[in-house]
Amino acid sequence: MADRGFKVARLPGFAITAVLVFVALYLPIVTLVAYSFNASMSISTWGGFSLEWYARAWENRQVQDATLRSLIIATFAAVISTTVATIAALGTTRRRAFKGQTFIYVMINQPLMVPEIVTAVALMILFGIVKVWLASQGMDRMAHGLHWLILAHAAFCIPFAYLPIRARLEGMDLTLETAAADLYATPWQTFRRVTLPLLAPGIIAGAMLAFVISLDNVVITEFVKSGGQDTLPTYMLGQMRRQLTPEINAVSSMLLAVTVVLLTAFFLLTRRKD
Amino acid sequence: MSPAEAEAVRRSARDGWLLSLPALVILTLAAVGPLAIVLVYSFLTPGQHGNVVWDFSTGGWVGILWTKDIFTGEWVLADGHLTILWRSVWLSLLTTLFALVIGFPTAWFIATRPPRERALWLFLITIPFWTNLLIRTYAINEVLRREGLMNSLLLGLGITDAPIEVLYTPTAIFIGMTYVHLPLMVLPLFAAIDRFDLRLLEAAYDLYASRWQVLRRVILPIVKPGLIAGSILVFVPSLGAYVTPRILGGGKQMMIGNFIELQFLQGKNWPLGAALSMVLLLMVTVALLVYVRHAGRRSQAHG
Repeated sequence: MADRGFKVARLPGFAITAVLVFVALYLPIVTLVAYSFNASMSISTWGGFSLEWYARAWENRQVQDATLRSLIIATFAAVISTTVATIAALGTTRRRAFKGQTFIYVMINQPLMVPEIVTAVALMILFGIVKVWLASQGMDRMAHGLHWLILAHAAFCIPFAYLPIRARLEGMDLTLETAAADLYATPWQTFRRVTLPLLAPGIIAGAMLAFVISLDNVVITEFVKSGGQDTLPTYMLGQMRRQLTPEINAVSSMLLAVTVVLLTAFFLLTRRKD
Repeated sequence: MSPAEAEAVRRSARDGWLLSLPALVILTLAAVGPLAIVLVYSFLTPGQHGNVVWDFSTGGWVGILWTKDIFTGEWVLADGHLTILWRSVWLSLLTTLFALVIGFPTAWFIATRPPRERALWLFLITIPFWTNLLIRTYAINEVLRREGLMNSLLLGLGITDAPIEVLYTPTAIFIGMTYVHLPLMVLPLFAAIDRFDLRLLEAAYDLYASRWQVLRRVILPIVKPGLIAGSILVFVPSLGAYVTPRILGGGKQMMIGNFIELQFLQGKNWPLGAALSMVLLLMVTVALLVYVRHAGRRSQAHG
């Protein structure tokens, strides 16, 4: 092992390129966060440290509404997608290969493959038709509600919830469940007392990924939302066409912080397995 | 197969399908199924104010490449459409190529760190990957702006006399797409290099191979699967990009994604937008099929 010399692995220019890549990856994000603390109106000249823009964003009614809407949608989407993904993972792993299994994999992973803009357009058309029909039937509340966005988000979150759960299931030791069955546990007891607790880290990891993916979505939300249903990302996209103030940096930084915290937790959860 | 075994197979299939059903229903309603509607709409007639009239027409598909001259009524090649399609393809290819050129050394660097350090470097690559695309694009927008970081640096160091106007050009989209998609190149490359036995390098050097020969004859063949996976993972979202060209192209430099949006949200021509969506889907599917076939061959070769 000591002979795995680092000189051998060194290729000219590689290390410096890598370091430059890391600098280039983080410099824009760090700059963005730094200017969220800028005291001046400008997003490019530094006027001293201030929390003013956070206060403004916090008091901005549109930001408040969009944040709340984003959180509601992401929570529902994460719960729904994680639930169906867990059940599907139980159905497609650790059993004899069956006819149609590949079809199910392709279906579940389909949102990862189809360009978002295509799904967005498809949902806009389909949901549009259904909404018009519902409104014509006098069911206005059914026609305009957050449930359309929740349904769309739940669908594209499924693969993100499914993959970590499936990975966890495949890495799990079968002997514990066999032991439980040997001790006359019913299948339900075995599932509830043995499988589910063992699977929990995978489920939590999947739910967190689904939550982050839903929270970050722009394109599908932009096309599916009805008037006045801006989420935080679509609100930000709208603002970016207007006069920019560091308020947008403050909103971005807060969203960034939520993402980083959830991801760190995700990595800690999935690493404990080893 | 014994009857009991056949029964077990049947039960396994039934349970598998039943358990997957809730997920399949949601996906059919809100992901896969709606795609069929787009196909139908691509063969309808555009309505007066957006939407469609339910009359069969191939106009949407023809309109991708040809347009009717409003004065002479003749069909002529739609230069504007071709420009957008061509821009989407070459910008995506350029992004993939450049991501490969800078992503490979980065993945190599991470894979050759001591194991303890490696997890940290990997985490540093993963964070931007999961960060909101909009925020990352906005961050790049800030750097490239007239008064942004890039121009401040260039002017401050005396490299240029006047600020460079990069924003709203194809260059800006190229920089932005490389920035947002780079982790998708680095991660599969890292996975491939990580499996690479560094003793092969020693063997190559012992046999008097030059550095260039080692890279071309030893390293490249072994990391090829990761290289192809990374290229596909960058190319596919680049081709379908919407947010990045919208912000960095400023509506002047459209890509297919923005062109599709234009047909729908400005209510111009829904069947054309639907046909363009199908073309985009087709191109992505072809790219993915090429990859799956290649990956399938690889895994078979390895048993």
